[in-house]
Amino acid sequence: MQSDTKSHVDQIKSPSGYPVAILRFEGDIASTSKDAVLGAYEGLPRETTKLILLDFTRVDYINSSGIALVIQLLIQAAHSGQTVFAFGLSAHFTKVFTMVGITKYARLFPNQAEAMAAL
Amino acid sequence: MTEPKTTTVEVRLPTKMGYEKVAMSTASAVAKLMGFPEDRIEDLKTAVAEACINAIEHGNRLNEKLSVGVVLRADNDALEVKVIDDGRGITTQPARPDIDRKMHGEEDARGMGMFLIQALVDEAEWVTGADGKSSYVRLLIKLDKTPV
Repeated sequence: MQSDTKSHVDQIKSPSGYPVAILRFEGDIASTSKDAVLGAYEGLPRETTKLILLDFTRVDYINSSGIALVIQLLIQAAHSGQTVFAFGLSAHFTKVFTMVGITKYARLFPNQAEAMAAL
Repeated sequence: MTEPKTTTVEVRLPTKMGYEKVAMSTASAVAKLMGFPEDRIEDLKTAVAEACINAIEHGNRLNEKLSVGVVLRADNDALEVKVIDDGRGITTQPARPDIDRKMHGEEDARGMGMFLIQALVDEAEWVTGADGKSSYVRLLIKLDKTPV
């Protein structure tokens, strides 16, 4: 019943020429999404990946277990000196991420262009 | 004076993660029929999903022989949702989640469900059944309430 989470990584350059990894998620983000969220993140080379964007554009459902996975990703990123931004959340999940305090550790943007402009 | 009209919808979910989405869809459909605005329907969907996840995971302890009851009562100005499981309920409310403590490993990254429920609906209460063998969470969302 729980739909799978798909994820893939795009590597691009920031406007200043720094490498940026975009983790693009699709489907639900729930307790079953550990590999798609943390696995995808842990596959990034830490030495060269300092800027990370999380793309939620194709995500319809995020529950508290899914939010916990995002927080675990942010914890690991903070330990590795990486900056994480997120974009593509619906108005509702932007509110939920703000309520739980994620915005303190990952700035949220409406879309990729606005996130890239802030890098 | 408007005569109060109540409509009841009941759903029984298997104790399996993912089936909370059936309750979400049902609650969303009822709320749409009642005329709730889209943002309040999204609040309701998340609150109902979290209540069902708690019932599946903590109330019924993932025991697939048990089921989760969801009873929606719509009246003129509010929608009440009861999510019923076979657990013993909760005796103390968990502390409000603290993102700084989570980021520093001083608090589990999980444990936000009850906080979200309380933040997104107008009323939320956790009730232990008189027999001590079942409990429910009761949510209330008001039709005329401005968004959270």
